[in-house]
Amino acid sequence: MISGADIMIKCLEAEGIDTVFGYPGAAICPFYDSLYKSDIRHILVRMEQSAVHAANGYSRCSRKAGVCIATSGPGATNMITGIATAYSDSIPVICITGQVKRELIGRDVFQEADITGACEPFVKHSYLVNDTRDLPRIFKEAFHIATTGRMGPVLIDVPQDVQEELVESFEYPEKVEIVGYKPNYRGHKMQIKKALELLRSSEKPLIVAGGGVLSSGSKLKLVKFSEQTGIPVISTLMGIGVMPSEHDNYLGMLGTHGKKYANRALHESDLLIVCGARLGDRAVARPDQVSRTSKIIHIDIDPAEIGKNVTTTVPIVGDMKNVMENLLDEIGDYHISEEWASTYSEWKQKMFRVPPVHEGFVEPRTLVSKLSFMMKSKGILVADVGQNQIWCANNFRIREGRFLTTGGMGTMGYSVPAAIGAKLARPTRDVVAVCGDGSFQMNLTELGTIMQNNIDIKIIVMRNNRLGMVRELQSNIYGGRFSGTILGDPDFTKIAEAYGIKTAEVSSNEEAEKIAETMFKSKEPFVLICNVAPETPSI
Amino acid sequence: MKYTLSVIVENHSGVLSKISGLFSRRSFNIDSLAVGVTSNPAFSRITIVADGDEHVVEQLEKQLNKLIPVIKVKRLVEGEYVSRELALVKVQSTPRRRGELMQIADLMSAKIVDITPSTFTFEIADTNERLQTLFDLLKPYGIKEIVRTGTVAIEKGQGEAYHSGFND
Repeated sequence: MISGADIMIKCLEAEGIDTVFGYPGAAICPFYDSLYKSDIRHILVRMEQSAVHAANGYSRCSRKAGVCIATSGPGATNMITGIATAYSDSIPVICITGQVKRELIGRDVFQEADITGACEPFVKHSYLVNDTRDLPRIFKEAFHIATTGRMGPVLIDVPQDVQEELVESFEYPEKVEIVGYKPNYRGHKMQIKKALELLRSSEKPLIVAGGGVLSSGSKLKLVKFSEQTGIPVISTLMGIGVMPSEHDNYLGMLGTHGKKYANRALHESDLLIVCGARLGDRAVARPDQVSRTSKIIHIDIDPAEIGKNVTTTVPIVGDMKNVMENLLDEIGDYHISEEWASTYSEWKQKMFRVPPVHEGFVEPRTLVSKLSFMMKSKGILVADVGQNQIWCANNFRIREGRFLTTGGMGTMGYSVPAAIGAKLARPTRDVVAVCGDGSFQMNLTELGTIMQNNIDIKIIVMRNNRLGMVRELQSNIYGGRFSGTILGDPDFTKIAEAYGIKTAEVSSNEEAEKIAETMFKSKEPFVLICNVAPETPSI
Repeated sequence: MKYTLSVIVENHSGVLSKISGLFSRRSFNIDSLAVGVTSNPAFSRITIVADGDEHVVEQLEKQLNKLIPVIKVKRLVEGEYVSRELALVKVQSTPRRRGELMQIADLMSAKIVDITPSTFTFEIADTNERLQTLFDLLKPYGIKEIVRTGTVAIEKGQGEAYHSGFND
């Protein structure tokens, strides 16, 4: 005989999971008891939302699903923001929640919450387990659904008595058979032919790369395609890292907070090849305008993205890797015109500018750019949300590493827990979390997790005593009425010290760089507080 | 423009809330929705009548298809399907008006399912337009209550939205 909880552990082991993030409670206790006996490493976070963000960061750096656990009721509802974040950024996360005993469901008992109902808009799929014997099938399906097609979070809600119940045996299914779930991986041959015809007849083609290029693992194929054809590449916020920042063909991030020359290219181009991007409002403010002036080839694994935000000339539904292979096979010796190639290179040179220095403050954009080269080339930078995110997006010089942020949901407090997950997935890489003084305080308690597990991440806090991005909006649109955006900051170094984490506060780039140098040499976590001029703009 | 979608879903609890939740959070306007089990008890069929332009209905189809318990979504083509809706209509009546009301029932092929000294209840199963005609005819008598099922539809001839495999 085997208990439901033991089955859950065996399922995780069968999926090759060695690290999980969580926070226990009464309704998930049987699972935690089984976890105690297993070899799976459990990282106790300080709040359930962080468990999901950490699993998110872990997943993005390990190419596996991240796993997080919470108890019923408030444990589960605390997860919702994390789940919504993973959903809007299409990150595969498995969320396991405890639930009250089956016979008590629906009676509003202690710590009961209808979490499958509450999470409905934010999950790719969810399960409320009614029969212990269904556990292996449900886990198999959940991992399959989370990590295939357009990836996303899957929630498994397990009543306490299901975890306790003994059943005859455990057998993990080898295959999944879900009638209503058959993602389309192969791009339609005819559509690929049409796309190439369109490309050959265009004058100024441009690739717009999104997060889908990274999650499908087709980054190198895209680079090859761009190099072979000369087509320039711009990326969305989620797509940063599809190409090294210094690559001749790469023009940076598009959008309201993007690079000038990226947006210029977007507007001048007559053919957009949109790869794994949904073109949300922050990327393209007026999608109808774009589709009026240029033709669009839209490649995405999710058919619902085609035509949702922009009108598409040639849609290709399929896995980016396959489609890129098909395009490379059929492209022949096509190359963009000399004229287009020289035009965009010229923009890139002409529009580059060095940010001005504010005396007595750290210039964050210059610092991020410097940090990029102080980190090892495969370093991972996790940006939070707000001005710090834009400073990082536009100035992190990515080489072979990763840039993680939440572009879809824009959840403040993402960077520190996600960086914890990233570091545990890639222990040999440099991991830096950059946040503002607002976002740092949203999940400040994770310093406890960092301390307890000695997780070597470097936290850079851009401190301006302001909620900078909203402040900027208020000064541009709301007549400088800074409503609710002034922070009264504590002495952050004392907080870090209280957790036994090395720390320093700096007010110039020279100081910051000097400390960063020693910081990267040590194998210990570090909190670097950088005082930034309040008027520093986002771009 | 009205569209009729025939949607086959897994027949278990929670599926309907997934679907109705989708409508509200993506601001789709639904005229009616009717659910019933198919010839295979593992599946249910949901018939949806939606209002919107081509773009809206295409998104609705795609978003429905993304839900894992949704097996198949089929948009029915105008003129190639038969649709019916059932309504029960209760009207005010006096003994003197019984004759007129019975005539209306006869004209509209509606059944009279309940009579009291002060009320008359009609049952009609017909197209949406015919139902509306009956309501218009009864309005002058004073309609107390209308209960409707929402439209159900089936394709004409050999066409089938989903082969349920019941006879396999």
